[in-house]
Amino acid sequence: MGGNITAEALDRDERRIGVYICHCGLNIADTVDVEAVANYAGTLNSVAVARDYRFMCSDPGQDLIKNDIKELNLNRVVVASCSPRMHEPTFRKACEAASLNPYLFEMANIREDCSWVHDDREVATQKAKALVRAAVARVYYNDPLEIKEIPFNPDTLVVGGGIAGIQAALEIADSEHKVYLVERDPSIGGHMIQLDKTFPTLDCSQCILTPKMAAVGAHPYIELLSYSEVEEVSGFVGAFKVKVRKKARYVDEDKCTGCGLCQEKCPWTADSEYDVGLSKRKAIYTPFAQAIPNVPVIDRDSCAYFLKGKCRACEKFCETGAIDFEQVDQFIELEVGAIILATGYDAFDPSTISQYGYGIYDNVITGLQFERLSAATGPTGGEIRLKDGRKPESVAIIHCVGSRDQNYHEYCSRVCCMYGLKVAHIVKDKTNADVYEMYIDMRCFGEGYEEFYKRVSEEGVNFIRGKVAKVTDKAVSEEEEGKLVVICEDTLLGSIIRVPVDMVVLCIALEARSDAEEVARKFIISRRADGFFLERHVKLDPVATPSDGVLIAGCCQGPKDIPDTVVQASAAAARVLAMISKGRVTLEASVSHVNEDLCIGCGRCEELCEFHAPKVGIYEKPMPVSRVNEALCKGCGACAVACPTGAISIKHFKPEQILAMVDALAET
Amino acid sequence: MQALTPYKDAIDIVKEAGGEAFEQCYQCGLCSGTCPWNLVTSFIVRRLIHQAQLGLVDFEDDDLWLCATCGACVARCPRGVEIIDIMRAMRNVVAEVGAAKVPDSLRITAKNIASAGNPQGEAREIRGNWAEESKVKTFTEGTELLYFSCCVPAYDPKVRRIAQATAGILNKAGVDFGILGAKESCCGESIRKAGNESIFQSLANSNIQAFTESGVSKVLVSSPHCYHTFKNEYPALGGNFEVVHTAQYLLELIRDQKLKLTKELNKKVAYQDPCYLGRHNGIYDEPREVLRSIPGLELIELPDSREESICCGGGGGRIWIETKKGERFSDLRLEQAIEAGAEILAVACPYCMLNFDDSVLTMDKGEIIEIRDISELVWGAI
Ligand SMILES: Cc1cc2nc3c(=O)[nH]c(=O)nc-3n(C[C@H](O)[C@H](O)[C@H](O)COP(=O)(O)OP(=O)(O)OC[C@H]3O[C@@H](n4cnc5c(N)ncnc54)[C@H](O)[C@@H]3O)c2cc1C
Repeated sequence: MGGNITAEALDRDERRIGVYICHCGLNIADTVDVEAVANYAGTLNSVAVARDYRFMCSDPGQDLIKNDIKELNLNRVVVASCSPRMHEPTFRKACEAASLNPYLFEMANIREDCSWVHDDREVATQKAKALVRAAVARVYYNDPLEIKEIPFNPDTLVVGGGIAGIQAALEIADSEHKVYLVERDPSIGGHMIQLDKTFPTLDCSQCILTPKMAAVGAHPYIELLSYSEVEEVSGFVGAFKVKVRKKARYVDEDKCTGCGLCQEKCPWTADSEYDVGLSKRKAIYTPFAQAIPNVPVIDRDSCAYFLKGKCRACEKFCETGAIDFEQVDQFIELEVGAIILATGYDAFDPSTISQYGYGIYDNVITGLQFERLSAATGPTGGEIRLKDGRKPESVAIIHCVGSRDQNYHEYCSRVCCMYGLKVAHIVKDKTNADVYEMYIDMRCFGEGYEEFYKRVSEEGVNFIRGKVAKVTDKAVSEEEEGKLVVICEDTLLGSIIRVPVDMVVLCIALEARSDAEEVARKFIISRRADGFFLERHVKLDPVATPSDGVLIAGCCQGPKDIPDTVVQASAAAARVLAMISKGRVTLEASVSHVNEDLCIGCGRCEELCEFHAPKVGIYEKPMPVSRVNEALCKGCGACAVACPTGAISIKHFKPEQILAMVDALAET
Repeated sequence: MQALTPYKDAIDIVKEAGGEAFEQCYQCGLCSGTCPWNLVTSFIVRRLIHQAQLGLVDFEDDDLWLCATCGACVARCPRGVEIIDIMRAMRNVVAEVGAAKVPDSLRITAKNIASAGNPQGEAREIRGNWAEESKVKTFTEGTELLYFSCCVPAYDPKVRRIAQATAGILNKAGVDFGILGAKESCCGESIRKAGNESIFQSLANSNIQAFTESGVSKVLVSSPHCYHTFKNEYPALGGNFEVVHTAQYLLELIRDQKLKLTKELNKKVAYQDPCYLGRHNGIYDEPREVLRSIPGLELIELPDSREESICCGGGGGRIWIETKKGERFSDLRLEQAIEAGAEILAVACPYCMLNFDDSVLTMDKGEIIEIRDISELVWGAI
């Protein structure tokens, strides 16, 4: 790449620098006298040519540079225009196309740093000259750097087997690339497998999800590691190393036929996670009938053998001898090129809002519990029933429980208005009870959503605009006797109302996973103030993270509905496939470099580096010195600052380059 | 139809007086649903905020004077709107700009406070008279603790017992304390909430000057209202004193074994959380601990207690405004206490004491329940 010139080969006296001042239409030229800046640049040391042009980033603009490099034998280029974030890659490529090493290019930002923030043309022009002067002084010392590439490992890790992880895994695997899908629970499916119907089309959640789950289970290119968690991650994009803990199931996956006899015979129970506490499951269990894989696990916390040393009923009845109480956790090492995080969300626990009475009154339930009540696979076989088995005659649905409230979560959870409407529809459909929706604003923004709102309105649901203050069982009139009374202001009437109902459904918020912090640390990504994983750019790059090769999809990046989750998962998969198809990763060239003659092997750099790039060891010299793994180094410079002997410098940010800029700026 | 022509000057004043927070309000109505007024009548807090947002406040509206600043709505507000500041600002436009008429009783009280330094309009010279029997010295340079009784116990013979019990306890425990008598002025907390900002400023300055000149560093108060303003509002005006409420101080004395509670009180006692001790300042446990240290006493909790406590109705200047029978929160609360089986309702605020004493009287419940300040109960147990 970029010719074979080395620093030594270049005679310093023969610098021939080309300087190009961009007008950026009027963005720059309006405030900065670009012609004057170009004339000034022409007078600077070693500048062979200086020009101004309307749009340097346009093809003719780039051609100017390319032609000058060839015809005037330029060996350094400076463009003064916008932020390097915008067009540094463009101009570097232009240099490369003319066989100039891209690191011999330098950019001065006279738009964001100058014309956009100043009004006074005189002063702005002065400043632009200074910025150009500094860039010219720096580029004088720039070295050509070698750009290295390594092969990209085409295997992918997907973490989390909800709809996001399932979708991403299938899309990658369908193109015949290997995917490891790590799911923490005994089965994949995530929250979607708990839902009854899905808004706005009301298709049965299980009917649309289970075929995909089965496809994952049977896919020749997917290795499903269920009941497993990622322990450690090292490496970098294209070559990650991942250690996975496969938790002991106490059931041999190879021998188990999934017949279910063990669960039938097991005498011990615990609250069912799948039914959100509305039913019991056994100590040995598969969470639900269509679980993938269809292999049970023994929950040590409720198994009598583990608690008291006696029972082993499951073992006695298992015909294939699959029960194995001696099983231990296993560790598996994986090597992958890219990672997709799809760890989803936690449902908000409404018991902290004590005035809503969740956990106090039997018939105050969450939206997720309602899904289980309403699902044919749930504890009531799909009948909407009160705790005592009666059919409710009236139901209140409380919106924004834990959302849009600075005491809990300031953000809107985006799906609750719609699932609230879904609850209303199902209650009407199955019981014909009176239904009240207490909402603040109805947010029905997706395809078919407003239409669904209209449909539910037509079904006779009562909409009350107001945030509920309290749910109580203290009756003040006869009709309130034996009911739950929902108290709020109907803000459209401007009066306080008390609504007696049999059942209250809380539209709980979606919140970041309780272990999101730990997961973020493991994968070296960041979180937003609200706890969800931070995307690289909220508008232009919502699937990437600041860690190259680590992508995010679904609710781990913020609350969203299934359609949006699937879109994001597909986008993440496409990103991975693009990387696989390129097959190589370009490594950062401006990395840290140790001068081994100065290094005393103290190891401070090693302690400090977030990316584990420096390693102190005995290499060619008899004394220990630090060496930097260039593939891991991000060029952040932390080590260079800490190095006590000044042995470490960052390529492309050498002291002489920086000092030359400072000197140039100090000149007047 | 109402034309949307915001009363701009008034709104600017409301904003300037600390009401800017109303811009964040999204009109959910949680404040109205939470407000204790709606247990007895209708008070749509949200509507007032919306009127303020649009500059359509009807300054003649009696609703402006309802808020008892109990803080229940503020604690729950999903957008963190400082509703009390808005109420205060709107009242300020009436009281100091003259946008409408101030209710008579409030107007008289404000005049009393401005001229005599206390809401009752009594002479400054007799402020310390309550202390004669209790042998309390005047605070001088070097005295450890200033006891600031609040105007109500100082002047109102029915409530004097709070100050006297407190002085008795302090003497018994050997605490070096004194009062400033005629040099003390009303703390100003409630008149500020009633919209009289300038009266508050001059009261606060006068107290800060008196405290500073006398070399006060630590103040003990019987009223959560004094506590609140001394602790949270005086520092902005340059008054930085250590402030303790009797509930905290009594617990300290008991823990340090300076007080031995030996006499039994074999009664069921419920505790009323004063808004300005509880919700406004987060002090819930100390008064309960004090009560629990009285031998024989059985502490019971009211249905709505601690953060959920129902106000007695006396905050925000309401202590000086007549509340119609049937609309008094203290009546509701007393009924709750009786229903819970309490024989004594313990209070920790002179306003609560006034309101509950009145409820016992007007509801004729003197046979069943009595109202006692926690200091009185402790005094009775030593
Ligand atoms: C009551 C309710 C009703 C809803 N109804 C609808 C509806 O009708 N229509 C609609 O479009 N949307 C609905 N939603 C939203 C829907 O649930 C989400 O859009 C969807 O489930 C998001 O999928 P996900 O894969 O991102 O997350 P999840 O479903 O949460 O899946 C994440 C998966 O990752 C696993 N995991 C988590 N952490 C780790 C880890 N560290 N290691 C390994 N695995 C891990 C979890 O076990 C889980 O299997 C509803 C939400 C609620 C709360």
